[in-house]
Amino acid sequence: MGNPMRIRAAVQDGITEVKILMQHEMETGLRKDAEGTLVPAWNITELKAVHNGKTVLEGHFGTAVSKNPYLVFRFKGGVSGDKITVSWIDNKGDTRSDEVAIS
Amino acid sequence: MINLERRKALKTGSGLGMLAILSAMGLIQPGVSLANYEKNAFDAKSMSETLEALGVHALEDNSSIRLTVPEIAENGAVVPITVSSLIEHTEQIFVLVEKNPNVLAASFTFPEGTESFVTTRVKMRETSLVIALIKAKGKFYRTAKEVKVTAGGCGG
Repeated sequence: MGNPMRIRAAVQDGITEVKILMQHEMETGLRKDAEGTLVPAWNITELKAVHNGKTVLEGHFGTAVSKNPYLVFRFKGGVSGDKITVSWIDNKGDTRSDEVAIS
Repeated sequence: MINLERRKALKTGSGLGMLAILSAMGLIQPGVSLANYEKNAFDAKSMSETLEALGVHALEDNSSIRLTVPEIAENGAVVPITVSSLIEHTEQIFVLVEKNPNVLAASFTFPEGTESFVTTRVKMRETSLVIALIKAKGKFYRTAKEVKVTAGGCGG
């Protein structure tokens, strides 16, 4: 189970803005450790955000997304108190899912 | 064709077990996850391989795409990028870094009701063009800006 995300979602003028900060190493597979051995790639590959059972964003990441990936997106609709669920899966099959209420 | 791709995906094995469980949980919908063309695109090294994997055959420069990047990135490990598209029916945004070991950094799919806007942060190995590629109604459009990198963000 991955580390928890920090998610903020706020609605203004009918547009909900969602800010997500994931905790993940996002190893490129190109870095060498102190002994000179390659550190294998380890990265989030897929991400999905769901609002009231409807997918509002899908993302696919390569290894070039920065460590602790940050993401902002906006969708129409959404009312204060609605739940938004964000889930990711990485290339080792690890997953994380977190939920936040729109403020 | 589609079936062949699916066979290939099934053969690639281990990680997919978890995907099957996730599908069952409804976390990640089958068919949406691990679209094979995208996996090939993320593995591609050069710009031409990447575009081919994404099925881009014609590409137009378009000023209705706003790409916001720093002119100079002091730390290539964290380069903020914002893309927004005013092109109607924008379905997908792809972020590409021309001189990275793998050109494709991330892709985003926007269902109806989601604004074609995204902010994220990427790693850049060296000074390079950053390209925002938009797919709208099956056509591809792009805009590009150069980011000067003073300390690379890949390798160690």
